Amino acid sequence: MVIGQALNRVDGPLKVAGRATYAYEHWDDGPPLYGFIVGATIGIGRITRIDTSRAERSPGVQLVMTHHDAPAQGSPDLSIPFEYWRAYPVLSSPDVHHYGEPVALVVATTFEQARAAAALVDLEYAGGSGSYDFAACVDQAYAPDNLIFGILPTDTAVGDLDAGFDSAPVRIDERYTTPYELSQPMEPHACLVVPDGEDLIVYVSTQIVDAARASIASTLRIDPERIHIITPYVGGGFGSKLRIHSETILAVFAARALRRPVKLALTRQQIFHLTGVRPTSSQRVRLGAQRDGRLVAIAHEVTMHTNRHSEYIEPTATTTRGLYAAPHRLTRTWLTPLDLPRGEDVRAPGEAPGLLAVESAMDELAHAVGMDPVELRIRNEPTVDPERGVPFSDRHLVDCLREGARRFDWERRPATPASVREGQWLVGYGMAAAIRGHFQAPTTGRVRLAADGTAAVQSDMTDIGTGTYTILTQVAADGLGLPPGRVRVELGRSEYPVSMGSGGSWGAANSSTAVHRACEALREKLVTTARNDARSALHGLDPAGAEFSGGRVSIGGVSEALSEIVARNHPEGVEAEGETLAMTDDPNYRDYALHTYGAHFAEVGVDADTAEIRLRRMLGVFSVGRVLNAKTARSQLIGGMIWGLGAALEEEAVVDPRSGAFVNRDLAQYMVPVHADAVEVDAVVLDGFDDKANVLGAKGLGELGICGAGAAVANAVFNATGVRVRDFPITLEKVLPGLPPMED
Amino acid sequence: MRSFTYERATDARAAVAAVSRPGAKFISGGTNLLDLMKLEVERPSHLVDISRLPLRGIEELPDGGVRIGAQAANSDTAADVLVRSRYPVLSQALVAGASGQLRNKASIGGNLLQRTRCPYFYDTAADCNKREPSSGCSAIGGFNRIHAILGASGACIATHPSDMAVAMAVLGAHVELLGADGSARRVAVTDFHRLPGDTPHVETVLEPREMITGVVLPPPPPGRQLYRKVRDRASYEFALVSVAVIVATERGVISGARVAFGGVAHKPWRSVEAEAALIGRPAAMATYRVAAEAAMRGAVGQGQNDFKIELAVRTLCRTLADAIQGR
Ligand SMILES: Cc1cc2nc3c(=O)[nH]c(=O)nc-3n(C[C@H](O)[C@H](O)[C@H](O)COP(=O)(O)OP(=O)(O)OC[C@H]3O[C@@H](n4cnc5c(N)ncnc54)[C@H](O)[C@@H]3O)c2cc1C
Ligand code: SF4
Repeated sequence: MVIGQALNRVDGPLKVAGRATYAYEHWDDGPPLYGFIVGATIGIGRITRIDTSRAERSPGVQLVMTHHDAPAQGSPDLSIPFEYWRAYPVLSSPDVHHYGEPVALVVATTFEQARAAAALVDLEYAGGSGSYDFAACVDQAYAPDNLIFGILPTDTAVGDLDAGFDSAPVRIDERYTTPYELSQPMEPHACLVVPDGEDLIVYVSTQIVDAARASIASTLRIDPERIHIITPYVGGGFGSKLRIHSETILAVFAARALRRPVKLALTRQQIFHLTGVRPTSSQRVRLGAQRDGRLVAIAHEVTMHTNRHSEYIEPTATTTRGLYAAPHRLTRTWLTPLDLPRGEDVRAPGEAPGLLAVESAMDELAHAVGMDPVELRIRNEPTVDPERGVPFSDRHLVDCLREGARRFDWERRPATPASVREGQWLVGYGMAAAIRGHFQAPTTGRVRLAADGTAAVQSDMTDIGTGTYTILTQVAADGLGLPPGRVRVELGRSEYPVSMGSGGSWGAANSSTAVHRACEALREKLVTTARNDARSALHGLDPAGAEFSGGRVSIGGVSEALSEIVARNHPEGVEAEGETLAMTDDPNYRDYALHTYGAHFAEVGVDADTAEIRLRRMLGVFSVGRVLNAKTARSQLIGGMIWGLGAALEEEAVVDPRSGAFVNRDLAQYMVPVHADAVEVDAVVLDGFDDKANVLGAKGLGELGICGAGAAVANAVFNATGVRVRDFPITLEKVLPGLPPMED
Repeated sequence: MRSFTYERATDARAAVAAVSRPGAKFISGGTNLLDLMKLEVERPSHLVDISRLPLRGIEELPDGGVRIGAQAANSDTAADVLVRSRYPVLSQALVAGASGQLRNKASIGGNLLQRTRCPYFYDTAADCNKREPSSGCSAIGGFNRIHAILGASGACIATHPSDMAVAMAVLGAHVELLGADGSARRVAVTDFHRLPGDTPHVETVLEPREMITGVVLPPPPPGRQLYRKVRDRASYEFALVSVAVIVATERGVISGARVAFGGVAHKPWRSVEAEAALIGRPAAMATYRVAAEAAMRGAVGQGQNDFKIELAVRTLCRTLADAIQGR
């Protein structure tokens, strides 16, 4: 079995040697022109005058485009459930909807020329008065009509929440707020667009090839077949590359207008306004419980911001739906329209902010009833999905909790908050549960065996740094009984079979299943061919007992090399395709609740005088069905946990309420953890196999690591200090007033 | 495209002569200047590269002091045996700054002259008196969590971000300058940076064509030295508040004290008020608290940075206690 092994990344050597070519680095089509986006410097209003003459006269400038001369564009078709496939009009009117919105594009011979000329575009605006302050506008919140992602209800209710809550002897009713956050992949949003006759070759850093193609085509109102997406390597996406943004649309405009290859990348600063932002949220959590900790009522009501013109609903209120048992339940969502950049999926949309709130509230309940937080969660473990009443496919939350507590030495946790001091440090332990829905989407993969006995896997699936190349190598190696070195995986091109790309933690399971099925079909073809071939050693044998290994097929004691079968019968090679179904077509999604689970444990030190919070160690134990590659899985989980740490303590995009701009828009000011913040972080995955998920038993884990991780840290801060901060991130000034008096 | 010319200076005199061209600027490690040039906050038309001038030496002076060349790397200075043994507070402050890679490039002169980290200063679309005199100060009434609590003005509330300069302030360091006419002068590091007043764009007493050639540290005063930096993450982040102290005691009574703060003002903030409140008093938390409150007497918050006042008080108290107890 190659599946499950900690195989090194097959693309690793290329990447460390700098030979993995990213979107902005392609050069095959001759010297490109360089684009630079001019962003609005107001938050709302209208362009009243644009003078591009100085920019046009600037050295090297080939094109300055504004809303006056941008091509006509399609508008987003709201009936498409996942918005990444919708059109993305840019420069389509003089109206400005948020700070930084593109108001002009400059294209020049060099990047520096384009950037310098961009500063010469002279703009006048009639500014309006925008709404930028979430807290000040929450009373304008509305209940959205749309489903989340076209599939999930925004609100649900079971039983009678108010009555249940009011009758509960122990009640927690608190509000938690989470800030604006952004994905900040190392590779910025970038593309190179090459015109090729009427066609366009688009090298673009994107998570979903099919969505990129569809979005460009419907924006330009042209046939998607004319657009060829190439994205073999993506330097991280975290949701922000699920769709293409203005960088790609504008490069397409310029390449078509100039009939030359055009490159465009966002600067780090531009990423803050020109991609998507995780909405800020205010979450009310109510927990009503018996004195023994048993929940009778659980309510999670979330108000979040949305851009006024482009509704986005983060599935934050869905977090509690499958988490704990309680007869009376409620989840609800409101949106506060603001004139800020649009909300979009940021890694672990929903659970990331949702579990910060809910798992903090559970900690508050544990404290209120005087119970160990691990025990409290175990006590509220449901036997069936508490909202839908269907069984869980493969739920091991309690195993994660128990195993984590054991490995972490949880029993050393100080039972009383603010009771342990080691020198300068107030020491505390915290934990939180993790849950994340497991999703599935239609995906096709192709496997082709050549006459030399090597296999090629093809899919428009992407590898955004997660390890897709590697796991698909493993799946195909097992599927055809080949050593991994004889499998080559080819990804990220729109002429390959269509996948749903990387996102929602579904890429690995979707693609692996499709490739596994393709291998099955190919095996079938090969055995049938051999049986019917008089020249084959396997001629006439019963294919039922066929075994594939070491590059050979054997039936009984007789075997033949795959290469011989192929060379003799299919000298050009032979291929087969395999498919993964949509969730809506898979009865398991109707009959079972499919999730992944985990438990996070954190130990923090809080400086007794300055309130600086430093993580001492952190452990996550997870249940994700079967692991496809132990190493890439662990990397994903640890990366997620560190993200959660950042969400608890550091990350926040600050809005200037006067302009609607994000103020701290670079990575020196928008803080994420550095290595020194995350010295001892470990992730453990329980052995498993979820047979309801798919034939491989594997579920997604790219986002699970974040889910609950921040709450474990926040709960540890409470345990260390006795200070409960409900306004994330927990920066030191929020803890400082609650510190003990200073000692000599 | 904003082009600029570049030359590499061959000696110090040639360097100051070369920088007299209009629009010319020195470049040392470039770790601050180049970032600002990319954002068009700094727009020199000519760069005079002084990074290879023979000003990297760290040498002992006859009086027991030490002279550090302006081009000595921050990392080399922090690791230097003389610095570590006599001026540990300086070594601690240096290693608390930036990252290993940056410290390898960053020079002593450049560190003193690094510009503020006020986000509006970096954003050419925002009003900022320091970048564009008379345009206004966006930080007042805006995002000002990291801004000054001491010595600010209605024109600018920015802080000077250097850690190193705070340590130099308690050490009584002098900055050596070479003028365009070849004349040399020395300025106390505490007089080198200016408060913003009405001219926040004028940050130091450096004349337009002067070059920093070195920093002179007098022999260390008696007492224990300690630098403490408070920040939002464990590394690679500027100080919210920092404190440098040198403190000596005799039989439980403070006999010598020097105190400076970083992250609180437009310059490294030496607090003579705190020093006066410490000397002759018992080495105890009550004394430290009185001294810290004396240091913060005129402190004013801007809203989001109000916490810095109490944070500075607590950080000074802790640093004094740790220094005195040898922690
Ligand atoms: C991400 C990041 C994090 C950082 N964190 C910290 C931190 O935590 N603490 C901290 O203290 N610093 C920090 N720094 C700042 C760093 O210390 C400075 O950038 C560095 O010290 C500047 O030195 P340099 O030689 O590179 O200066 P340069 O960038 O070359 O020059 C800076 C300025 O000084 C002028 N100049 C340089 N040398 C001379 C001279 N000899 N005479 C006259 N003028 C001169 C230049 O003209 C320019 O205006 C950080 C920087 C970065 C980029
Ligand atoms: S505080 Fe100073 S640097 Fe910041 S915006 Fe105001 S004037 Fe500019």
